[in-house]
Amino acid sequence: MSSETITMLWDYAIWLAIAVGLSLLVIVGLLVCIAFLLLMDRKVWAAVQMRRGPNVVGPFGLFQSFADLLKFVFKEAVIPAGADKGVFLLAPLATATCALAAWAVIPMNQNSWGTWVISDLNVGILYLLAISSLGVYGVIMGGWASNSKYPFMGALRSAAQMISYEVSLGFVIITVLLIVGSLNLTTVVTSQTTGIGTSLGLPASALDWYWLPLLPMFVVFFISSLAETNRPPFDLVEAESELVAGFMVEYSSTPYLLFMLGEYVAITTMCALATILFLGGWLPPLDIWPLNMVPGIFWFAAKVVFMFFMFAMAKAMVPRYRYDQLMRLGWKVFLPLSLAMVVVVAGVLQFLRSA
Amino acid sequence: MALTAIFFYLFAVLALASAATVIVAKNPVHAVLFLILTFFNAAGLFILLNAEFLAMLLIIVYVGAVAVLFLFVVMMLDVDFAELRAGFIKNAPVGLLVGGVVLAELVALLAARGIGPVASTLVAQPIPQDLSNTEALGRILYTKYIYFFQGAGLVLLVAMIGAIVLTLRHKEGVKRQSIADQVARGPATAVKMVKVASGGSAIPDSKSDH
Repeated sequence: MSSETITMLWDYAIWLAIAVGLSLLVIVGLLVCIAFLLLMDRKVWAAVQMRRGPNVVGPFGLFQSFADLLKFVFKEAVIPAGADKGVFLLAPLATATCALAAWAVIPMNQNSWGTWVISDLNVGILYLLAISSLGVYGVIMGGWASNSKYPFMGALRSAAQMISYEVSLGFVIITVLLIVGSLNLTTVVTSQTTGIGTSLGLPASALDWYWLPLLPMFVVFFISSLAETNRPPFDLVEAESELVAGFMVEYSSTPYLLFMLGEYVAITTMCALATILFLGGWLPPLDIWPLNMVPGIFWFAAKVVFMFFMFAMAKAMVPRYRYDQLMRLGWKVFLPLSLAMVVVVAGVLQFLRSA
Repeated sequence: MALTAIFFYLFAVLALASAATVIVAKNPVHAVLFLILTFFNAAGLFILLNAEFLAMLLIIVYVGAVAVLFLFVVMMLDVDFAELRAGFIKNAPVGLLVGGVVLAELVALLAARGIGPVASTLVAQPIPQDLSNTEALGRILYTKYIYFFQGAGLVLLVAMIGAIVLTLRHKEGVKRQSIADQVARGPATAVKMVKVASGGSAIPDSKSDH
């Protein structure tokens, strides 16, 4: 081989090693965070119901999620006799992989080293939308491959539900993109340093973030992301009073664990997306001395945890929707509202630009 | 460049192989799943062409929405494939004939007209240097060809209205929830105050037994 070829291969090897290393770092960090977020979910739920929640494994039950992980992994994976074996095992893998793949484009901080993101895609937000729309496949495939009534009904419900709410979610994202003028997630965050707060005399503050000018859309986004991730009050996919556990009835052991993991990673992704679009990503709430010295990753994590807390509170407090009410909310309320908001935002932007 | 070539062959081979599997797969659900794999590989090819916007759109629209509905329908169908295959040999000559005619027409067209002189220059048309791919597409679609775009939108709107008209029917005797009615219902219409005599009944017309 010529020396040029060797240099080229060497470049590829270094590039590959960096990509793999970054991905591993993000995945491992994310999974550890998920373990504690899951505990937080259960603790919040318990606190609302005046229980203690998990409190036996480790101090305050901190190691509960790890104990659960070991329990799932060491159990026997049962595959029903009538199941389509390949698709049955592919479904949880697809769910977990798609959910984790979304984190490739999520920027978590920006400092003198650059932006903390694996891949700073130009079309980052479209990538997120595409990946999150793939989540439905794990559910449909799992429901169908189980060859059983309840899982199949759960899968049918989820197919309709996730597609319905994706539409309004897409329109909400479009309103933000209209203001930013870019599909790049880093640009979305950096463009939130100026806005309403700056014109009120509080530059680079929490009032600059898009939650304030787009408040109705922030609410629509939050509720749609609950529905998109099949969280209560929209967890009709696994409504235990009607469908036992929906599409997951026949799953056990590690495949079940992968479904649960994929679900929680998808929820965290939605929280991160809400943070980036509406809560200013890694930006501090006020650009003053002690706050702007804190590393951006801390603010990012704090905002994601806040959004996750809202998810947990919704799960604890709101009763489950009936299926026709869910469809009515998605198609007759959120779709017209978000569509009208796209027109209004575009109109206001056009007016401001020509003025 | 070598890396691009490797990925091109990877995506191309996988796309062709999964497209072939769509046709030969015995189980229709497996066929749809392979169709989705084909879409994915096509999206990969778009990315190699630096058309990342089109790639994402392909996944969002075809994989995220169209194929889901497809899968939805195919799963609910109870198709007996042994029965469908029974007529395969009998119908094969007709199918081959139709396929042959279409192929001959295409070949004849290509032979007679050839590839237009402009087309070959358009293949490798680079996007403007100062614009991103998404912006360049937007300029062409929403600025240069805005009337054609809106015309296409109108056609789709008519198709959508047609689909709704064909499927919308109000069945008699089906109870529907009317949230406006529920909210409008106040104490005046929902509650009736009855003064009950001692030992009497709250039901107005019933006579006391004792």
